[in-house]
Amino acid sequence: MASTRFRSDRGLTARMGLVAFLLVALYLAFMALLTTYWGIGAAPVIVVIAVVVGLAQWYFSDTVAMKAMRAREVTPEQAPELHGVIDRLCALADMPKPRVAVADTDIPNAFATGRTPSHSVVCVTTGLLRRLEADEVEGVLGHELAHVAHRDVSVMTVAATLGVLAGVIMRWGLYFGGGGRDRNNALVFIAVWVASIAVYLISFLLTRALSRYRELSADRASAYLTGRPSALASALTKISGDMARIPTRDLRRTEPVSAFLFAPALHRQSLTALFSSHPSLEQRLEQLARVSSDLGRAV
Amino acid sequence: MGFLDALLGRSKPARPDLDALFAVSQAALTLEAAIGLRPTGVGAVCYRANEGAAFATAQTELQTLLDADGGPAVERSQDPYGFTWLTCRQSSDALSDLVTELHAVNRTLQDNGFGPSLLCSVVAFADPDGRQVGLVYLYKRGTFYPFAPVPGGAERRDNALELQVRGAVGADLAIEPDLTRWLAIWGAPALP
Repeated sequence: MASTRFRSDRGLTARMGLVAFLLVALYLAFMALLTTYWGIGAAPVIVVIAVVVGLAQWYFSDTVAMKAMRAREVTPEQAPELHGVIDRLCALADMPKPRVAVADTDIPNAFATGRTPSHSVVCVTTGLLRRLEADEVEGVLGHELAHVAHRDVSVMTVAATLGVLAGVIMRWGLYFGGGGRDRNNALVFIAVWVASIAVYLISFLLTRALSRYRELSADRASAYLTGRPSALASALTKISGDMARIPTRDLRRTEPVSAFLFAPALHRQSLTALFSSHPSLEQRLEQLARVSSDLGRAV
Repeated sequence: MGFLDALLGRSKPARPDLDALFAVSQAALTLEAAIGLRPTGVGAVCYRANEGAAFATAQTELQTLLDADGGPAVERSQDPYGFTWLTCRQSSDALSDLVTELHAVNRTLQDNGFGPSLLCSVVAFADPDGRQVGLVYLYKRGTFYPFAPVPGGAERRDNALELQVRGAVGADLAIEPDLTRWLAIWGAPALP
């Protein structure tokens, strides 16, 4: 007897674990390098700064993202359909209901943010509600609820903070390491500086890879929750198709929150898949097609 | 969800707990004695129909199975949220038959691997004044809650009656303690 059709993707989990591990390992290695050359004294200050920034970002994530998107929270009376869908999905997934918000913008998108599942906000734009059918909106909301359940804001904040730490160290190195007293000191500075740039670049790439894997995880969870992977796939094609037609000015304005968006609202042709925070449309559709065929197979 | 699950971004669909449904029979006796609410003989199961042939087959087989007993036919309907309701009807004094039938629906879907798609089951009660209460069972929580739509009212709940029911059946059923989980199910076929 099969009690559930849910199949976890071991490969995806393993890749995600590896990336997270590399991120931490890289950071630790860099700290070790730094303290070897400059002594223990430098490390605590930097750690405190970056951790405070990271904590603030994490704690205020819901308010900041809502402000940046000019979203307003809606009550069940103001948006009964939206609340109805989220109520049912939360009952199906057995999770606390997040707050619901709507942003008045024509860019079709959605995001979820907040420090813990009980302090979360799920936000959709009016453009998304206008363009998508009811079951497609449901797929998108399932994806956002999966972000909440997976605590993606917390995980990505930690990941990003490690990257920011490297960045802080790099600037700091430029400031204080530059006035070296002798040649030896200058050489050390250059070595640390080059290393810090490399660390920053690599940690940036790793954070982006982690973000892409988490998007795939959220797609997968949504497909199994709603039982309609194809509705989510169709929503993705509609949203991505619209992306290209949207004027650049509006897109740039939404950049700060793009890490939590459903589909990246940036039209960056020059950047390769390696730099993108979201997996390619083809990759996402392919995964959803696999889930769909799993669901359709007789047990 | 554990720390590791969060770190690795995996969530497994919650699994339903079905056997608690049978406790409704006991609660029905209490409800009648305490508030005068009697079962109407109508009950319904709400689930999310998955795409694909496997679900359609399971659903058809299920309906054939339930209609084989010669009783009133099981009705299938769609609600505006894309969920499917299977409505079972029995005579109003055969509550245990109704509960058994509802349990069979759940069991069949679970055995076919669609347990995570089950949303809730409702057993309808009414009193001579026309007030209605549905005892709703949430599989994923394993708890019950009352849902009392005001008859003819535009999506209003009779909270006083719901709380009264909670007080009455609290000893017989596991009542959902978190009031925010008392999901409204407007237009559920069992509560017209």
